[in-house]
Amino acid sequence: MKGTKTTIAALAALLMAGTAHAEPLKVGMITTLSGGGAGLGIDARDGFMLAVKQANNPDLTVVIEDDQRKPDVAVQLADKMIQQEKVDVLTGIIWSNLAMAVVPSAVAQNKFYLSVNAAPSQLAGKGCNKNYFSVSYQNDNLHEAAGGYATSAGYGKTFVMAPNYPAGKDSISGFKRFYLGDVAGEVYTKLGQTDYAAEIAQIRASGADSVFFFLPGGMGIAFMKQYAQSGVGIPLIGPAFSLDQGILGAVGDAALGIKNTSNWSKDIDNATNKAFVETFQAEYGRLPSLYASYGFDTANLLLSAMGKADVKDQDAFRDALRAADFNSVRGKFIFGANQHPIQDIYVREVIKEGDVLTNKIVGTALIDHADAYASECVM
Amino acid sequence: MFSLFLEQLLNGLQSGVMLFLMASGLTLVFGVMGLINLAHGSLYMVGAFACAAVAAWTGSFWLGLVGSLMAAAIAGALVEMIVIRRLYARDHLDQVLATFALILIFSEGTRWLFGSFPLFLSVPDVLSGTVVMPGGFQYPIFRLAIIIAGLTVAIGLFLLIGKTRLGIRIRAGEADRGMIAALGVNIDRLYTIVFALGAALAGLAGAFVGTTQSVQVGMGEPVLILAFVVIVIGGIGSIKGALIGSLLVGFTDTMGRFLLPIGFEAFFDPASATAIGSALASMLIYIVMALVLFLRPSGLFGTEA
Repeated sequence: MKGTKTTIAALAALLMAGTAHAEPLKVGMITTLSGGGAGLGIDARDGFMLAVKQANNPDLTVVIEDDQRKPDVAVQLADKMIQQEKVDVLTGIIWSNLAMAVVPSAVAQNKFYLSVNAAPSQLAGKGCNKNYFSVSYQNDNLHEAAGGYATSAGYGKTFVMAPNYPAGKDSISGFKRFYLGDVAGEVYTKLGQTDYAAEIAQIRASGADSVFFFLPGGMGIAFMKQYAQSGVGIPLIGPAFSLDQGILGAVGDAALGIKNTSNWSKDIDNATNKAFVETFQAEYGRLPSLYASYGFDTANLLLSAMGKADVKDQDAFRDALRAADFNSVRGKFIFGANQHPIQDIYVREVIKEGDVLTNKIVGTALIDHADAYASECVM
Repeated sequence: MFSLFLEQLLNGLQSGVMLFLMASGLTLVFGVMGLINLAHGSLYMVGAFACAAVAAWTGSFWLGLVGSLMAAAIAGALVEMIVIRRLYARDHLDQVLATFALILIFSEGTRWLFGSFPLFLSVPDVLSGTVVMPGGFQYPIFRLAIIIAGLTVAIGLFLLIGKTRLGIRIRAGEADRGMIAALGVNIDRLYTIVFALGAALAGLAGAFVGTTQSVQVGMGEPVLILAFVVIVIGGIGSIKGALIGSLLVGFTDTMGRFLLPIGFEAFFDPASATAIGSALASMLIYIVMALVLFLRPSGLFGTEA
């Protein structure tokens, strides 16, 4: 149980001769590959490794370790990767509490950290760092977009619900930041709670015209199934986490029609995204998720910087990362001043394509959206 | 408001009944064999996965339910014969260590078989939808079915323990292991049967709960903690205690989540009332447990140690 260690050395037969920046670069990926929530880490890893495989760059080495979703394990792995493996760049953490345990000390030791998912507000505002980049989003973004969507869809009495932990509270405040109607009810559930009968009864009695919920992983599956069984029928809105590809199959038809906000969807119309969805499916035999797309973009960002600068020249390499000169599956991709993306966030609806449940973009919630903390960041 | 209150009472009953299926097996195994089985939650997971897999394969939820009972009972019997049997004479720390290892083996084994993504399991058509209850609120038929099934199992278990020869042996095993072996009862077989029975109950709970929640690796551990709270409240080894404890925990948890935030609104603004209320609600069952232990250190129906 010490975590599977996979060292993938990119062995290339065809070496691009004569490039100026043929310095090797070692990436340490710490992600969740076992226990609850492993689906997310596996997707992020697979997306990342797909891009690495496609680039076939012999100078790039990736070391992957499993954090078991435990902050203490993640910290040990980070120490080991920095001290023994001598990695240049760290990436891979899915959960914000693990990121808070690892990122501040890693960037203080002059390592680059590229986030494939977790992006807590602390690291976007006052705690921002010149070596920390979030490729995914800032944690509040999708919730803010859900608030924006609820407002533009004309909802005026939304019931809001999230687990009682920091990300849950951030989610509700993010939603309210862009929601202009009244809140019909506000409930914080226990983290890891799986029976929502009591909350569903409250939703039914609240007279709400819509429900915003943020319940990642198994919590969301349980809630949506029970909500569909209860016959309440008030429209649901959520961030994409509860309605992503890895989860939809387990929710089944109970998810049909639910609106969710996301900065990526498999039907974003650009060539990079089309190729990503096709090659991911061919490689792994399943549709990519949000996390897979973040992993893929992160690897391509890194590869683009490697093509421009040597990682040992930290200032040049950082500038190359900031330029974000790569083809993102999201179409355009730019970093804001705090090195979090400024991006469009879409509204998706869960639909059925043949027998497979998936998402389809039905609108845009927020355009060129930056996060609320950027102004507090001083590099 | 009154119908909401009634609905929440029913929700509390349903959650209590589900907990009883878990806690009864745990308390039986502890009472009869003196064994702390941390892997009980894994048997619950086995039940849920077996139900989902068989239901997906045959298209029938009912066959899935049969599959969950069988898979959990067989897994329980195998675990008892291969691992647990060697632990009866050891102290509780060794048992905790070995059954914790079983949790890891079951979790990673399940992941190896079924992958990391949650499985799909849905309510059968007959039991989907809602009915209008007295009091005028709609209630999901499946939750009613769970209440009825759980209460039926509880009655069956009481009859089994109270009225049958197997029940007499189980009670005798609880009272004096050495004596019943000396009287010629095959104690090994009895233990295997009790363990498989407890496992089957956990598997049944897993199948029911998997239908309304999510079938995923690691689903057993949160329930296991609650089940331990139940048997500590009820008194370790007592089936009656497990029933009363389950209902107490079910009602306390559901009503606390519902009423505490409302109650605090009388004193605070709504935002902090929900925050304080829900924080306190998640602690409530542990507060109840502490109170029970303070007043009756061996639980409500526990025999004095």
